[in-house]
Amino acid sequence: MMQGTITISLKAEVLDPQGKAVQTTLQALGFPSVQGVRVGKSIVVELDCNDQVQAKEQLRSMCDQLLVNSVIEDYRIEVSLT
Amino acid sequence: MSHRTAVLVFPGSNCDSDLFKAAQQTPELAPAYVWYTTASLAGFELILVPGGFSHGDYLRAGALAARSPVVQALRQAAAQGVPILGICNGFQVLTESGLLPGALQRNASLQFVCEIPAVEVATSNTPFTQACAMGEQLRLPVAHGEGNYFCDTTTLAELERNGQIAFRYAEGQNPNGSLANIAGITNAERNVLGLMPHPERAMAEWMGSADGQKLFTSAVSFLQS
Repeated sequence: MMQGTITISLKAEVLDPQGKAVQTTLQALGFPSVQGVRVGKSIVVELDCNDQVQAKEQLRSMCDQLLVNSVIEDYRIEVSLT
Repeated sequence: MSHRTAVLVFPGSNCDSDLFKAAQQTPELAPAYVWYTTASLAGFELILVPGGFSHGDYLRAGALAARSPVVQALRQAAAQGVPILGICNGFQVLTESGLLPGALQRNASLQFVCEIPAVEVATSNTPFTQACAMGEQLRLPVAHGEGNYFCDTTTLAELERNGQIAFRYAEGQNPNGSLANIAGITNAERNVLGLMPHPERAMAEWMGSADGQKLFTSAVSFLQS
């Protein structure tokens, strides 16, 4: 078994109002050093597969077909044996 | 009388009845509901994609609905030139399916907006705006949390150049921070139109505005031409 973790973030040129709101609140909580916050998400996929290359390929295809909207989002894939 | 207009229904659609009733106001449109698992839209001359929260807005608004069987059929209908109107979540389904460029992001204010802004008709050269004058202002209600239209600068330049921007919020009335005040766009072929405002909620004076009727009368005259 393999576990794939897909980390999805908004592209750098896309405004992130959620990140901005979190940043303001962190600063108000007493973290003046916070210079920027971006909020993303991660998706964990359990795969019945033992080949790391194949697993990555499948996950990439899932990202392209559904998990990621390439107009506004970037992603990173990590796989590990479970 | 046979049905001419399809109103798609996804789990979580909630403007399907409003849209069906709005279409019914014009007897020629003869609407029928079509469930999202249906694999063919053959025979329909007009297709309406309603607002709501298809699949609970899970993953991204419209993302899961855009991968359903009826949207495969919608792609075929679009390629055949059938006029298609997506409203609010319907617009999100159209961008998620790639039938329209760009994406609809979280409102810049992070707030759900519910108001009746003035919306300017930016082109009357579409099946849904041909009964409107260029620059005419319509009062159409919005109710959404993710209507902030975004695309890259190349796409925006293309939209502007091809006259694919169908509706813009009037100056100072942009409720969601969308790029270039965009409220609605078409595809390059002009038969697919998506917009965030709800024409089906502006069909009579008692609703606060009757301006939404114009999109439906446009569609009828398009079908009859």
